[in-house]
Amino acid sequence: MSTIILLLVTGLGLGALYFLIASGLSLTYGLMRVLNFAHGIFLTVGGYASWWIAVRLPLEDPWRFLVALVGCMLVGAIVAAAVEVSLIRPLYRRHIEQVLVTVGLALAFTALVQGIFGADPISYPAPRWTQGVTQLAGANIPNSRLLAIAVAAAVFLLLSAFLRFTRWGLIVRAGVENRAMVTALGIDVQRAFTLVFALGGVAAALAGALGALYFGNIDPQRGTATLIFAFIVIVIGGLGSFTGSVLAAVVVGLLQQFINYYASVYWGFSAAGDLSVVLLLAVVLLWRPQGLLGRSVG
Amino acid sequence: MSAPTATRNLLEVDDVHVHLGESHILQGVSFHVPVGGVTALLGRNGAGKTTTIKAILGLVGRSGSIRLSERELTRMPTHQIVRLGVGYVPEEREIFSELSVAENLKLAERDKAPRYDLVFELFPELEQRRAQAAGSLSGGQQQMVAIARALLNDNQIILVDEPTKGLSPLMVTNATTALKRAAQAATLLLVEQNLQVARTLADKVVVLDQGRVAYTGDVAELLADPALARLYLGVGGH
Repeated sequence: MSTIILLLVTGLGLGALYFLIASGLSLTYGLMRVLNFAHGIFLTVGGYASWWIAVRLPLEDPWRFLVALVGCMLVGAIVAAAVEVSLIRPLYRRHIEQVLVTVGLALAFTALVQGIFGADPISYPAPRWTQGVTQLAGANIPNSRLLAIAVAAAVFLLLSAFLRFTRWGLIVRAGVENRAMVTALGIDVQRAFTLVFALGGVAAALAGALGALYFGNIDPQRGTATLIFAFIVIVIGGLGSFTGSVLAAVVVGLLQQFINYYASVYWGFSAAGDLSVVLLLAVVLLWRPQGLLGRSVG
Repeated sequence: MSAPTATRNLLEVDDVHVHLGESHILQGVSFHVPVGGVTALLGRNGAGKTTTIKAILGLVGRSGSIRLSERELTRMPTHQIVRLGVGYVPEEREIFSELSVAENLKLAERDKAPRYDLVFELFPELEQRRAQAAGSLSGGQQQMVAIARALLNDNQIILVDEPTKGLSPLMVTNATTALKRAAQAATLLLVEQNLQVARTLADKVVVLDQGRVAYTGDVAELLADPALARLYLGVGGH
């Protein structure tokens, strides 16, 4: 029983990281039909920015980590907004060029990080509490997973409130349905897009810092590696569906964790979790091509 | 074909071309809309009426010149054109189905004091259905939302694209009444297939045929002449 509880919570923790990176990706696709293959760099930026701040701050835990977290969110927002304004905006509606530029940016940025900080993972100065465990129904749950779940839940609630109760949120929800009609009401959708991009950058940067706690280190490749699962999450959830990305992140995180554990224990097959996620993607695409909560086209 | 020059022109469309893919949809369209009243934009299916409306709004790429109150629109993005005081009632209503009626109207607010009193006076049903998802409304109710969005703000001109398409006779009457009220506050450029509605609302007419202006003049004159109506619209005038 304790193993199941442990797998449930760690699976939710993994799902929380996927949600944080997939939520921005899903909203930017929903609003502007932009598939940003450079979105993973915001996660890498978050991880490295929080590490850079944390190792330099003469503060005690937990303040050092909290300040590093706020700092990485700020850096994530600035980098995301800069990418949108300088690279995505000039290529709006030119989908092939967008893919080329964002893939190129992801590769170049990873190489840049490796050039500056080295290709090897760097140990992360995790706060003491996150290195401990909490007993839950007999299972020793790593606190880093609980923190990831709590932060992702808070981000979900805040983003939901933003979408539900603010005028910008109203513009985003309407823009996901019919962007051209929103502009025909006199609204500058481009500004909403920059805002959504920056919010996506904040969430992904948070995923970078929490991922550093989760894995115990920062790694130049983590953004790219996690982005693959984030793409799977938004396709399973339904491209452009914010709620769908939450549901799919939880399903993918749990599936990956459970299959990884049981396939490893019973068959010695350690990568089965990743494979099962790809199989799930194939099943969803065959059964419901628009994703779990996506709207069918045509 | 000559247009009256005594009244000031609000909208001047001059040699506008639109290409969509391989098709040359508008082929040098030129006409003007005087200040006040309703100008009907008529023509057979595929003549380029909706494309003309979208070209004015900047929703499709176009060349040529389009001026509103002597301001050139062709270099402006759509949202800036609309903020000059251009209302739009699209052909397919294009309401936001997942938003509530109230949210659809709130999104359309541009003025500091949006005219909800006028909207709810014309469409009391919308006030009762404020919290309802717009996608669950009937076609007629959705058209009310589409027209209401344009009536909320002070506009110089309202571009209305087939407002009675697919509506029941009762809803056609309601929409016509609402547009009459709208015409008291703003100039209307009206695309309409229902000639009875066009005759009721419009005084001037511009007829498009295969992407070109084929006729301009008075609606009554055009519709009173069966030969002209058949030639340009494919129907008898009466």
